[in-house]
Formats: sequence, C-alpha cells, structure tokens
Amino acid sequence: MLYREAGQFKTTYAEDMAIFPIRQDRIALAILLGIAFMGVPLLANFHIWPFGSDYLLRAILLPFLILALAAIGVNILVGYCGQISLGSGAFMAIGAYSAYKLGTGVHIPLAWLGFAISIPPLPVLLSILLGGLTAAVVGILFGVPSLRIKGLYLAVATLAAQFFFDWVFLRVSWFANYAPSGSVNAPILDFFGLVVGTPIERYLLCLIFVTVFAVLAKNLVRGNLGRQWMAIRDMDIAAELIGIRPLYAKLTAFAISSFVIGVAGALWAFVYLGSWEPLAFSIDRSLQLLFMVIIGGLGSIMGAFVGAAFILILPILLNLIPSELGVPLSTETITHLEFIIFGSLICYLLIKEPHGFARLISLGKEKLRLWPFPY
Amino acid sequence: MIALGQFLEVLIGGLLSGVLYSLVALGFVLIFKASGVFNFAQGAMVLLAGLALVRSLDFLVAKGFPLWAAIIFGIGFAVVIMAITAWLIERLVIGPLVNQDGLTLFMSTIGATFILEGAAQMIFGSDAYPLRLFPTDAWFLFENLFPGGILVNKLDVWGGFIAGILVAGLAIFFQRTKTGRALRAVADDHLAAQSVGIPISWIWFVVWFAAGLVALVAATVWGTKLGVQFSITFLALKALPVLIIGGFTSVPGAIVGGLIVGAGEKIAEGFLGPHIGGGIEYWFAYVLALAVLLVRPQGLFGERIIERI
Repeated sequence: MLYREAGQFKTTYAEDMAIFPIRQDRIALAILLGIAFMGVPLLANFHIWPFGSDYLLRAILLPFLILALAAIGVNILVGYCGQISLGSGAFMAIGAYSAYKLGTGVHIPLAWLGFAISIPPLPVLLSILLGGLTAAVVGILFGVPSLRIKGLYLAVATLAAQFFFDWVFLRVSWFANYAPSGSVNAPILDFFGLVVGTPIERYLLCLIFVTVFAVLAKNLVRGNLGRQWMAIRDMDIAAELIGIRPLYAKLTAFAISSFVIGVAGALWAFVYLGSWEPLAFSIDRSLQLLFMVIIGGLGSIMGAFVGAAFILILPILLNLIPSELGVPLSTETITHLEFIIFGSLICYLLIKEPHGFARLISLGKEKLRLWPFPY
Repeated sequence: MIALGQFLEVLIGGLLSGVLYSLVALGFVLIFKASGVFNFAQGAMVLLAGLALVRSLDFLVAKGFPLWAAIIFGIGFAVVIMAITAWLIERLVIGPLVNQDGLTLFMSTIGATFILEGAAQMIFGSDAYPLRLFPTDAWFLFENLFPGGILVNKLDVWGGFIAGILVAGLAIFFQRTKTGRALRAVADDHLAAQSVGIPISWIWFVVWFAAGLVALVAATVWGTKLGVQFSITFLALKALPVLIIGGFTSVPGAIVGGLIVGAGEKIAEGFLGPHIGGGIEYWFAYVLALAVLLVRPQGLFGERIIERI
C-alpha cells in the first residue's frame, strides 16, 4: 500500500537511471537526512531526550558515522571488487598520521644532501584530504600483489601492511613529532575560520563528510568503474576476456577504497579521539571493519551503515544489560559473556543470512510491495 | 665480523622456535585441507586446550594424585574437551554453512574464536598459569669448538622432537588409514565425496578433533614456554605467515615454512634489527611471506591453483 511504485512513470532516460528511482525511497531518504542534519542537532542543542547528556552524540553517533565511512571504503574493495583485505586498520592509521604530520608541519632533514624539506602546517581540511591521498598511494602499493594473489592468500598478505605500519608508527618517532609517550594530539579543527569543538559541531562535520562520500561512492559503483570492479569480483578471468583490464580495475579499487579509509582514519583521530596512539588502529580495528561489511552486506553502501551500527552498538548494549537487570556478575565474567554472546550472534547471523542485512532490507522491500495483500 | 658461533646459535634457536610455529600452523593446514575453511579459531583452540590441561593438572595435583597420574588424566580431560569443542563447532557453526563461500566461513570462525575465548576463560579462569611438562633449562653444545659454546634451549629441542612425531603420525593417518583416505577425498571435492557415501559431517568432526589435538600439543609446548594465558591466542597470527610460505594445503610445507620463518626472523632481529630500531620480529615474517607469494602465489608447497571459467 505504502511502498508501491505503480503509477510512477519514467519519461526520460535520466529519470530511469536515477539513484533512487522509487518515490518512496526518495521520501524516506529525505526524512532520514532531515533527522540527521536538523533533528539530531536541534534535540541535542536543547538537551531533549535521548540527548540529555552528550553521551549518545559523542560516544555512539560520532564513532558510528566515522566507522560507517571506513566501512564504505572497505566495502568498495571487499564487497565490490572482491579483494579481501585485513589491513584496513593500517590504512586508517596512514590517513591519521599523514594528516597529523601535514596539519602540524612536515620537516624532513636530509642531512646528506645538505638541505631539509619543510612544509608549513596546512589547513585541517586539506590535511585530512591529503591524508586520504597518502593512504591511497600506499594502498596502490599494497594492491600490486593482488594481481598475482587471490582470495584468502591475499587476505593474509594484506596483514603484512597491518603489522608493518603498526610497527612503523610505533617505532619511528618522527611520525609522532618525537612525543616521548608516542601519543599525539590533533591540531585545532579550524575549517577556514570555523572552529569545530562541541560534540554537535563534530557530529555535523562527520555527517557532511559521510554524506558526501556515500553519495560519491554510490555513484561510483553504479558507473563504469563500479561495473568493472563487480566483473572482476564475480570472475576475474572472464572479466579479462571481455576486455576489462585487471590491473586498472584492481588498483583503482585499492586506491579509492584506501582513500576513503584514510579520510575516515584522519577523522577518527582528529574528530573522535583527539589524541591517540598507534594501538588505536590495530588488527582488531581491521577485523571490526570487515565484520561491519560482511554483516551489513557485501556490495551495498546501505549495508555499510547498518553493519557499522550493529557492530558498534551491540557491545554497548551487551555491556548495559547485566547492570540494567541487576544481575550481580563480576566485570570479568561480563567481559567473557560479552565475548561469547557477540561471537554467537555473529555466527547466528552468518548462518541465517550469509548475505547480511542488505539482503534482509531488500527482502523486506519485496514484502512491503505486496503488503497488506497476500498477492 | 660476526662470529660463526654466534650466528649458529641464532640460526639453531630460530629453527627450533620455527618448529613451534609450525605446531600451530599444522592445525590450520589440517582444517583447510579437509574443508577449505580458513580456521581463525586455531589460536583460541590452543588457549582452550592449554587451559583445560593446566587447570585439571593443578586440580588433580592439589587432590593428592601422583604427578604421572595427574598428567595422564589431565591430558585425557583436555582431549575430551577438544572432542566436545570439535563436535559443537561442526554442529553449530560449520555444518549449517556448507557451500557458503570462503570469506563467510572465515568470518564464522572469527565468531567461533570469540565464543571459545570467552568460554575458555569463563570456565577455566583468565590468569596466567605456569605449566611445567618439559625441562626449560639450556644446553651448551660444542663448547670446545666455539668460545662459550652454542646455547640451545631444551624446551625447543623437545618441541622439535614432538613436532616430528606429530607430522609422522599425521602422514600415516592421511596416507594409510581409511578415514585418512576419506579425508583426502573430501578435500578434493565435497560433493563427489558425499555422493560416493562418505559421511561429510563425521569427516569434519574428525578433522576439527585432529586440529584440536594439534592445538593441545602446541599448548603443552607453548604453555611451558610462555605460561598458559590469553596472549597465547596471538600465536594464530604468528602462524599465518608460516602458512602462506608453506602453502595452505601442505603438511610438510607448514614445517618448512615454520623453519624459514623462525630462522629468518631471529637472524633479521639479531643482525638487522639493531640498525633499524629493533622489534622487527613483529612484521618480518609477514613481509617475507609477501615476498614468497609474489614469486609463488600458492606458497612453496601448495597445490597449483588451476582456474577454469
């Protein structure tokens, strides 16, 4: 009744090829964006439930947005191009550290050449984007093996990136501007005179980034490049035979995905953490991102959001339940129980719906088209 | 100039510790060979086996059993635990996911890792427990040949000895027994094996059980070395480069890969590490593995990957 495209005629090619060809989808998206851009900041501004304190905004919505952005990046590589990567955490770290270096000024002493390269501190927006670009370059470098290695072998090979960069950022104190503890502080978030400080401003900043990148990614995967990626994913030899260059397709996937992940890493460090250590981007982060993509649904931008929400909120809920119910359990037992429940839910979801939430959503839409009639 | 004695000491130490990596990698190979599942849970299984063994040992010794009886019953208990684990994993996780693609199965074993880690620590406790099954003191070899001799850890030698027996046992099991033959058939083609009447869920149980036993052996050696504690699960990550160097499907490959990684890592740390900041053990194995993959995409001993359209 509510969700039916009958009567929506398309009279031009442009209408036929629109991102959201169904009117109800457009309305739902507009409402969602309205809530995200207007509703949430307004509620938070006047401290109306559930935004009584800024906990929800700062500790849930902010990381959700940034990790959803990273998950979109991972989804481009894993979901659309079919190249399994366990090194996403490292690319987040590269984005974060290069943005940090560019934002605080780069100084490379080249003593044996007799001069030094110095770049003055760049504006924050530029350094975040350039951080993403650095990650993209490194991504291309680590994407080269994918031309020879496939599947799970590649997954293990990308672990090399993860462990190597963990070590680099831990040991090479140049990256941390020689801070003795190895922990670094983000520069002031000054966007052309507009200083981003309060949780609401931070939330809006991330929201803008995520919206822009989500739209870009959605359009990219619908276009020529996205179709090449999917052809490579579905069967690379066949794709090669019909004239798709695997070198170009795979490396662009690595570059674009690393760019998005790098930007997400820079945001994670600058906007969410504020000050961070290399440990913030460990292998656990990579696995978490992969979980988001798989639980959300491979090859779905929407799925990245749902997966990020699920993986992020589940542990928080699990943590809340025992104290809400008043069950007297030691913190240790709770941690272990959390592990068990989290693992079981992951397994359960994979068994029940191996294609993730995105599949459930499209099934739900099919059901909605008929509802409330059985035919 | 590096003294030959020092070099030999590092090399032998590296080779022997490499064998210990192989012990963990063997578990991966077994499961990958028979079910095509990349089993991330191997590290958690080592933890579970180690905890079951060390806790039952402590319990029995405290009850006044003689040590030999405690060891026998403790190992028996751990074996039973691993059998139950194998059965549960086959029943609840892997069985329902038959015919899914490799990535989904891989992720499900990560889920299983969470469950096993949580359950093992909840049931058996989450402290570090010392295990004393093997001597841990050192030998000095060739003292008359090199000044100071070559220091070799007895535990590492035991580890090598046990790994040798394990590989021989596995080889016999795979080549000579009926179940082993069925296993190889399943590894070749699930569907074909099923259609000639091989009970696939039983085979998978056997494989996971065998991997559990390998985990138990690894746990006895590593537990003696590090103490049985949570950090033992990170061994799984250490074993991955061993695995890709040797090839996912090759038992001898796991051993040779372990030797290469162990020796390479120790030599790099000893002779290269001081120049570029130390701690390169952390990633050296992975970069080595990456280099091997670029030359041979299926690992040194892996079966040639043939692709058809």
